Amino acid sequence: MRAQFILGEIGSGLRRNLSMTISVILVTFVSLTFVGAAALIQMQIGKLKDDWYDRVEVTVYLCPNDSPAPTCAAGEATEDDIAGLQTVIDDELGEQVERVYVESKADAFAAFQERFPDGYMSVPLTEDDMQASIRLKLVDPETDYVVVSDVLTGRPGVESVEDQRAIFEPLFLALNRASLIAAGLAGVMLLAAVLLITTTIRLSAFSRRRETSIMRLVGASNVFIQLPFLLEGAIAAVIGALFAVGGLYVGVQYLVTDWLAQSVSWVAYVDGTDVLFVAPALIGIAFVLAAISSVVTLRRYTRI
Amino acid sequence: MIRLENVTKVYARGARPALDDVSLEVERGEFVFLVGASGSGKSTCLRLVLREERPSAGKVFVAGRDLSNLSSWKVPELRRKIGIVFQDFRLLPNKTVFENVAFALQVIGKRRHTIQLEVPEVLEMVGLGGKEKRRPHELSGGEQQRVAIARAYVNRPPILLADEPTGNLDPTTSMGIMRLLDRINRTGTTVVMATHDEDTVNQWRRRVVELSDGHVTRDQAEGTYDSSRRVRDMTPAPDAVTVGDA
Repeated sequence: MRAQFILGEIGSGLRRNLSMTISVILVTFVSLTFVGAAALIQMQIGKLKDDWYDRVEVTVYLCPNDSPAPTCAAGEATEDDIAGLQTVIDDELGEQVERVYVESKADAFAAFQERFPDGYMSVPLTEDDMQASIRLKLVDPETDYVVVSDVLTGRPGVESVEDQRAIFEPLFLALNRASLIAAGLAGVMLLAAVLLITTTIRLSAFSRRRETSIMRLVGASNVFIQLPFLLEGAIAAVIGALFAVGGLYVGVQYLVTDWLAQSVSWVAYVDGTDVLFVAPALIGIAFVLAAISSVVTLRRYTRI
Repeated sequence: MIRLENVTKVYARGARPALDDVSLEVERGEFVFLVGASGSGKSTCLRLVLREERPSAGKVFVAGRDLSNLSSWKVPELRRKIGIVFQDFRLLPNKTVFENVAFALQVIGKRRHTIQLEVPEVLEMVGLGGKEKRRPHELSGGEQQRVAIARAYVNRPPILLADEPTGNLDPTTSMGIMRLLDRINRTGTTVVMATHDEDTVNQWRRRVVELSDGHVTRDQAEGTYDSSRRVRDMTPAPDAVTVGDA
């Protein structure tokens, strides 16, 4: 009896305020899409970091023949310089460096020929044009680079120390900013959603004030009086959240899986599974928002 | 059943109190008319009993409970023991007679078969048998008030409050409503009726409590509307408290 009665009340409430219900659904839909997008961008950044930071290395470029760098005044790096650097790496950077690999000019030339079989921009290059380097794989590229760079920069035979990670930084920066913008818009939209839910519930409570006043007089419990309103807001918001999940799923499918992943295939992307991972959080946010705005509103409008 | 002890109610700070040090006791099964001019504090009395208001000072007891320390989540339980009827009926226009009465039971979580049993019985009792499917606007004022009484009484509360129930009705119809309230009173229900209806009060000769500017100015068994007539009647008051305790 109770459940049936409450469901009936909810149904009639939602129908009576149809336009408001639809606007609540749409606003939560849009706002949670932004929330979800921000979350997905963050997940994408995480995936890129996992994926690339495993591969990136710190490159210690050794002095070539005629480098203008002051540390290379003594000319090309000698075998002794390289051995000295390796000792330094072993002794001082044992904790930070996971793996060391010395790329000689011959190795560099072989890699070059593999990549550009016809010469770079039609300029034929020889082995002598290549630069030898020491490649370091760090245990934790996020924090250890500074230490490694401090220790090795300026040593004899070292022209420069370069963190490959720096190449990706602008990309991460752009993605981070995009997710911040999405989160900012999400915040504004969520505020709009809260205000709208509040107004909707207020309208609903007002249009049913006769019923609620009678309910109070005949001794209906607070929960019984407020639950229909509470659930009305929550149902509308959760429907909005489901739309947001659907929208994000379709978006990721078309934009990322079917398009971006096809054209640039060498990185890991977020996919439908990640959207489903975000989904419970979005639905939870919708429910909590609706519940909070309901409780605040109802406290004022259906007081015992 | 209902006891007000030195109750004062001030609505706005500094304003004249709606009730000023009022003490009043209504026994189980009594029928009491609450009379007095508009603004004399009749409605405030009823609202205090329903705990729609809390007294500014003094204590209100209903069915043995001290309302001043009744927590708000227990208020619904209190209200299930009190039926209330208003001058303007307060029916739900989009519900039928049956649904209006059933609503009172639905919202306190009664089972469907209880409702199917109780509602026709109480409608029969108030004389609306066969009109279950009508909507309020299809009924006369007297019939609407009967629906309201049925709604207030369907849960068999020990107390029935009526705030000028005959205020919108003609004398003949009022008489019918009064007979109904009297019948309910005879089942042992305590009835407190705030009214302006001089004829009714004079005709029925029940206990009369007169309020004036927030004070009880008269408390008379088998009283009349006007205190001037009391002089003529010289009705003794004391034993009135047990009247109607059937």
